[in-house]
Amino acid sequence: MTEMIATVPIEITVNGRRRALEVAAHHSLLDVLRDELELTGTKECCLVGECGACTVLLDGRIVDSCLVLAVEADGAEITTVEGLGPEGRLSALQQAFLDKGAVQCGFCTPGQLVAAQALLAENAHPAVPEIQEGLAGNLCRCACYEQITEAVLAVAEGDDR
Amino acid sequence: MTVERVGSSPNRVGGIDRVTGAQQYVADIRLADALEVRLVTLDCGHARIISIDTSAAEQVPGVRLVMTAADLPQPVPRFGPQFIDRPVIAVGETKYHGEPVAAVAADTKDAAEEAARLVRVEYEELPAIVTIAAALDPDAELVEDPSLRPDDPLARTNVLREHRFGWGDVDAADADLIVEGRYTFPIVTHFAIEPHAFMAAPDGDGIAIWSSIQHPNWLQRIVASVLQMPLSKVRVYAPDPGGGFGGKQHTKLEPLIAFMALRTGRPCRLILSLEQTFQQVRRTCADVHVRTGLRADGTLVFQDVKADYLIGAYADIADRVVAKGSYPAAGPYRVPNVRILARSVLSHTTPATAFRGFGNPQVNWAVESNLDEGARTLGIDRLEIRLRNVAGRGDALNPVDTHCDGDWQQTVRTAAELIEWGSPLPPGRGRGIALGFKSGPTTGLSYSTVRLLSDGSVLVFAGTSDMGQGARTIFAQIAATELGVPLERITVISGDTAVVPYDQQTSASRSTVLMGNAILRACRDVQDQVRAMAARLHGIDESAITVEQGTVRLPDGEVPIIDILKPGLGRMGGELIGNGMSRKDAEPSHPLQGTAAFFEFNCTAIEAAVDEATGDITIFRHVTVSDVGKALNPLQVAMQDEGAAIQGLGHTLMEHYIYDDHGRIRNAGAIDYRIPTSMDLPFELRSAIVENEDGPGPYGAKGMSEGALLCVAPAVAAAVREATGAVIHELPLTPERVWAALQERPVTGQDEEARQ
Repeated sequence: MTEMIATVPIEITVNGRRRALEVAAHHSLLDVLRDELELTGTKECCLVGECGACTVLLDGRIVDSCLVLAVEADGAEITTVEGLGPEGRLSALQQAFLDKGAVQCGFCTPGQLVAAQALLAENAHPAVPEIQEGLAGNLCRCACYEQITEAVLAVAEGDDR
Repeated sequence: MTVERVGSSPNRVGGIDRVTGAQQYVADIRLADALEVRLVTLDCGHARIISIDTSAAEQVPGVRLVMTAADLPQPVPRFGPQFIDRPVIAVGETKYHGEPVAAVAADTKDAAEEAARLVRVEYEELPAIVTIAAALDPDAELVEDPSLRPDDPLARTNVLREHRFGWGDVDAADADLIVEGRYTFPIVTHFAIEPHAFMAAPDGDGIAIWSSIQHPNWLQRIVASVLQMPLSKVRVYAPDPGGGFGGKQHTKLEPLIAFMALRTGRPCRLILSLEQTFQQVRRTCADVHVRTGLRADGTLVFQDVKADYLIGAYADIADRVVAKGSYPAAGPYRVPNVRILARSVLSHTTPATAFRGFGNPQVNWAVESNLDEGARTLGIDRLEIRLRNVAGRGDALNPVDTHCDGDWQQTVRTAAELIEWGSPLPPGRGRGIALGFKSGPTTGLSYSTVRLLSDGSVLVFAGTSDMGQGARTIFAQIAATELGVPLERITVISGDTAVVPYDQQTSASRSTVLMGNAILRACRDVQDQVRAMAARLHGIDESAITVEQGTVRLPDGEVPIIDILKPGLGRMGGELIGNGMSRKDAEPSHPLQGTAAFFEFNCTAIEAAVDEATGDITIFRHVTVSDVGKALNPLQVAMQDEGAAIQGLGHTLMEHYIYDDHGRIRNAGAIDYRIPTSMDLPFELRSAIVENEDGPGPYGAKGMSEGALLCVAPAVAAAVREATGAVIHELPLTPERVWAALQERPVTGQDEEARQ
């Protein structure tokens, strides 16, 4: 019953801002980001950790936020697509996605960008197969995979991060 | 300032919002006080509803409404784009897995979910028809109540419609060789990453609807008719869909949500899960029987095609898919005798609908594969047989339709060069080549308004849905070209039927041509007004002035439009408002009620190898060449072609629905239904275009974006055949299917050697 749903206090830092929240124990990090914090850049699609549309950084690691309970994120630092660019500007990856044509409908783009950011943080100069493997968890039905790879490669080569 | 005219590839209009997360899709829009809706469905494909008890559900705190058919006007309204057959909510019976029998609206998702679980439905499961064979069994139960099809001679069968096309006389045709084959194409789904989403809210004395829809004006018409409201009281907001591919063309659950909003007096929102989206939309599967008649020199004598397409429990647009998809079955060739019989067959499955390529990939798979068989038997090269038969510019295809509208030989030769057709291959590799062919829109109507504001910036109103194809960018580039304005000073407004003029639909790769022409005309209307203004300011006759591409040419020199606009408007400001319309009328006597506005023509060539131990296919090279007339934005064209090519690899290699005996989709969702990922790409994917500026759209553009999907399957299967000798007539070419075919392949001396 709605009124009997147990809530748990958590504190998370989202895109550099500390947030104290009361969350339902069964709500996912994705639910909280979208419904409580109204950060709707993180998208909801498969809810089983297969499509990557809900990818965010949790303490620097990429996670499918649909598979993380909000309570598990207590104390964590979260970065969503809204936090990728420096204030009012695009990150090098965001710009490269536009320049290389890596965005069509755009629904998977936030997840792709977060995953690509994490990939480059781990491996500053990935080869094409490493990019493809690194982003294999992010589905794009418009299928601009080639252009996404080119965008990541362009940033890696330009080292402009 | 740079003016990004047509032919350049500026960054996508709306792209910044897409990379920052600011882009609002339907599910991202928050309406104050909105109720969350959850559907109640049954765990089988076909059932008789005995009773529905909503009392426990209504007791859940926060629940505001549990709606069933009993709460709707009686008889429960039905709707559909082609047949008025689909009820707003199930009435007495469910006919496909996932058809809602009730819907709950509550203050929170949690309350709605809990209440949906507490709705008690007593039902009797009935046998579900999920295959073509079962539906065509003379003893099969009828999917559709015959009383809904009065005067229809097929009403006592599961065949919704039969379509017969053709010319010449197949039976009298004299062929040296007749090749015959049967091919099947699976049920696949769109899998847009954005699941379908709907909202509705009372809006004064009318209703507002939000939907991830490709055809907002069509949705408006259907909601108005179901609610019995004037069009002016139904406002459809259509935020850019997060992928459409045809699946978001037609009305689905919007009428139900609209009734719930009116009943509760509050906004209602229903965001489907991916699994539920699988239950909403899919492509028709097909069983295609083809007989091809050839002369010994490879000249086509006849094509005789019978295609049964399995459509769903309600027609949606699927019967049109069957008709328009099977109609070009003879392909882009000169064929003197053609007979096509296509049937749309009803079943207890997800309503089939439009999907990129419409109904063409199904017959294309069969007819192109069968042509290869003919070439093999006659000992003719598979490229050569296509070049021998492909139509040349102006050649008749179907005698009553548009003639060949491009240099198709050039497209085929380009693909052959890029794949290095005829050059030696490494051992174990094979090549395939196939032609894709699709009729463009047969009717169309698009209006646009272009407003040149007092500072020279521009608003373009266009009702096309930008679902990723990049329509806004193309439209802005057309306005930039015509009015000489840089893109950052142009805004394209779409997705609101109360603001944007009528557009028939976003489908059949029409928008660059039909909406593009409407925008071009609206811009030229503005140019005419600028000319009149210049004549007035300079006290000369209009005939002495021309306005072209943003420049006003006067007898004594030329100036940019803004230099006329500012003094012309004067101190009170104002604006110039241009209107444009583009129309292609129906032709009642034509077999499809209209000729093709253009054809989409593509040649796909594949180089592949197969792992003999596992049956796994590796695609080394994938070449896709499309005749696009003129690429208004070459990067976007490449993105669309390459995306379509990879989507084609999906139904070719991995995608298919599996139904169980209860009519349930066993593999709904992202775990058990696989689409291509970044790990499934060809080692080399190469797209190229042919541009002869010979299309009916602005600057000679043709529609594009479906062509590169059409013939992926026959090209891949042909490469597999050449690499291994395995003959496969069923899709997808999964490893187990390929492996099984490897075991059954005809043994020849050469194969024996290859295997040693």
